[in-house]
Amino acid sequence: MRTRFQQGLDDLRARLLRMGGLAEQAVDRACQAYIDRDLARCHMVLEGEFEINVAEREIDELAFDLLALQQPIAVDLRFILAVTKINSDLERVGDQAVNIAERAMDLVELPKADLPVDIPRMAAAVSAMVRRALESFIEGKAELAQAVLEMDNVVDRMKDEAFITLVKTMNERPEVTRQALDALLVARNLERVADHATNIAEDVIFWVRGADVRHNVAPESPLHQRSTDTH
Amino acid sequence: MGVGIKVEKLNAWFGKTQALYDITMEAPANHATAIIGPSGCGKSTFVRCLNRMHETVPDARATGRVRIGELDVYNGTAAVQIRRRIGMVFQKPNPFPTMSIYDNVAAGLKLNGFHDHARLDEIVERSLKLSALWDEVKDSLRKKSGASLSGGQQQRLCIARALAVQPQVLLMDEPCSALDPISTGKIEELIFQLKEKFTIVIVTHNMQQASRVAEFTGFFLLGKLIELDKTEKIFTTPSDKRTEDYITGRFG
Amino acid sequence: MPETVTATSDFAAAPISLWRRGMNFFATLAAAAAVVLVLLPLGAVFGYLVYKGIGSINWAFLTQTPKPVGEAGGGMANAIAGSAWILLIASSMGVPIGIGAGIYLAEYGRNQFGNVIRFTADVLNGVPSIVVGIVAYAIVVLSQGHFSALAGGVALAIMMIPTIARTTEEMLLLVPNTVREAAYGLGVSRWRTTLSITLRTATSGVITGVMLAFARVAGETAPLLFTAFGNQYWNWKINQPTAALSLQIFTYAISPFDEWHRQAWAGALILIVLIVFAVSAVRIVASRGMLKGTN
Repeated sequence: MRTRFQQGLDDLRARLLRMGGLAEQAVDRACQAYIDRDLARCHMVLEGEFEINVAEREIDELAFDLLALQQPIAVDLRFILAVTKINSDLERVGDQAVNIAERAMDLVELPKADLPVDIPRMAAAVSAMVRRALESFIEGKAELAQAVLEMDNVVDRMKDEAFITLVKTMNERPEVTRQALDALLVARNLERVADHATNIAEDVIFWVRGADVRHNVAPESPLHQRSTDTH
Repeated sequence: MGVGIKVEKLNAWFGKTQALYDITMEAPANHATAIIGPSGCGKSTFVRCLNRMHETVPDARATGRVRIGELDVYNGTAAVQIRRRIGMVFQKPNPFPTMSIYDNVAAGLKLNGFHDHARLDEIVERSLKLSALWDEVKDSLRKKSGASLSGGQQQRLCIARALAVQPQVLLMDEPCSALDPISTGKIEELIFQLKEKFTIVIVTHNMQQASRVAEFTGFFLLGKLIELDKTEKIFTTPSDKRTEDYITGRFG
Repeated sequence: MPETVTATSDFAAAPISLWRRGMNFFATLAAAAAVVLVLLPLGAVFGYLVYKGIGSINWAFLTQTPKPVGEAGGGMANAIAGSAWILLIASSMGVPIGIGAGIYLAEYGRNQFGNVIRFTADVLNGVPSIVVGIVAYAIVVLSQGHFSALAGGVALAIMMIPTIARTTEEMLLLVPNTVREAAYGLGVSRWRTTLSITLRTATSGVITGVMLAFARVAGETAPLLFTAFGNQYWNWKINQPTAALSLQIFTYAISPFDEWHRQAWAGALILIVLIVFAVSAVRIVASRGMLKGTN
């Protein structure tokens, strides 16, 4: 039934997954570039941003057309709305990857400093969050999305610890202030990526369950009368 | 003011074929309740059971309880009496072809013995105003026949005719399916305003119409009521998969 | 999956063949010829009647009773009046019964019993008029002991009823069910709906049926032979033999007198004219009563 509509939905899904892949790859590359002090990789990230922006526009346009022409309701409407929101979050993830790459480019010119902060571990956690959020979208499974929401707390703690440690380092070793600042900003960017991954997970739950779980309000609260476990 | 409709375990048959199975639902007063579902699901049959029009088909019968306000539709009162308290608008506009516009609107009253002419004038004017047709026909009330109006106007005439007997409940069986979008829009506007005074049950196969016009929506499938809930719930997060499959066009 | 449909353009664009066009022209010609063939006898009859009868129509003919054999002059005034009187009696019985039967068949008789009635009506329609006359003779004349206008009326009524019943039934069935439903929805009872709504909607068709039956029996001669019997004088009493135009024409036509032949032609012309006049008058009156926008 409704072949054209179904094709439109499948197209939207495929495009969003491709964009997710691009964003995930951008973050991984930027983090790797930072860890390895790899200028070439930084440039790859900066060049990749254009493709992500184009993809964002195309997805929004397709979603808009489907809304206008096909009058979707219920699960289809939730899906399209979720896609537009995830689209926006993925584009921001791309922006954060660029920011990380820029910090990496700055760091390359400075002498190597041994900082007591585990950026690679944080990067791995954040990368896992993004991947799991996208998986939950591919599979349409709210449980996977729920897991992402829980990982956000871990990453937040990592960022807070990094801040404290790096501020202390900057006080004790003023000669590595710039490197410490770069590290601080990268930690901040990674935390932002984690927030976007969390948003994506919340949007997946909205699509799959029709429950609005944003801003940490529990589904059973009186603010949300729509929550039902249907699937 | 309208009254609520309560239906309990309504079953209906055409001869040996059962058309409705144990329908239990409520349509609240002064609200519009839409009935949706694929062809042959029993939605028209259901609405016609509410005012016992179902019985006009030979070999048709219904069991169960229907209460319209204080009135028990199936126990005690004659079908003819019941239908005088419930207004009905049909799918294809059906004004009486040999009667003028005035006589059409007054038909429900005149044919049932009411002949006070002064009050009739008043009632006809009021009903035509309620159905937003007064301005278009006030100069040719007795000169033009009901059938000489356009489709949309004819349907509004039928609405005026139904309202003239001052029912508390208005049943509408796909009232806009034979009309163009502009006439449909006018009638939907009308339904919105009529809700203040009447309780409305509207059968429609156009889901966008149900979502525009009704506060509550019931989904029928193969003679059973699958789900009845607030319209925004049905159209954003329906509880039953069958409802969702139907409204998203997966079948039907 | 719906299969894609492609239009074969060469089919739509091909010119219409000569053979097809020829057939079209021929069929149109044949239809026109059929119309002419139908109108020809009608025109011929009317024309011939006018030719033979117009000379004999004068004021005396229209106002005087027949003169005794041998005398010239006289008229058919009493026959004209008598026909009208008998037809009035016949209509007053035939029309209500016929319409009533039609209403029953259409609204309540969609069953085996109704089929029996329908069959009976169709058979009755085919009964020869002389037989109807004999039946009326047996029922009315023999029991009363004399010929009468009433007997004539009964005979003609029996002939009117099947036609009126069947056309009424058909006209009522043509009324779409949505109109009845509209009335039921307003809480109007079934009999009231049938009379005030359904019948009223079918009025023009029912009138046509009545006119058809009327025109048919207006010219009948055989049923009146043993019932009304005929009369040389004026009679307005229902229980006495009455003159009728068709009877008078019959009597004069088979007589050996030229004078009477002449008057028979005139009578025939008058009969046709009166029938046309009556049917048209009813049509005009009925359509005046209708509103703008109805047919």
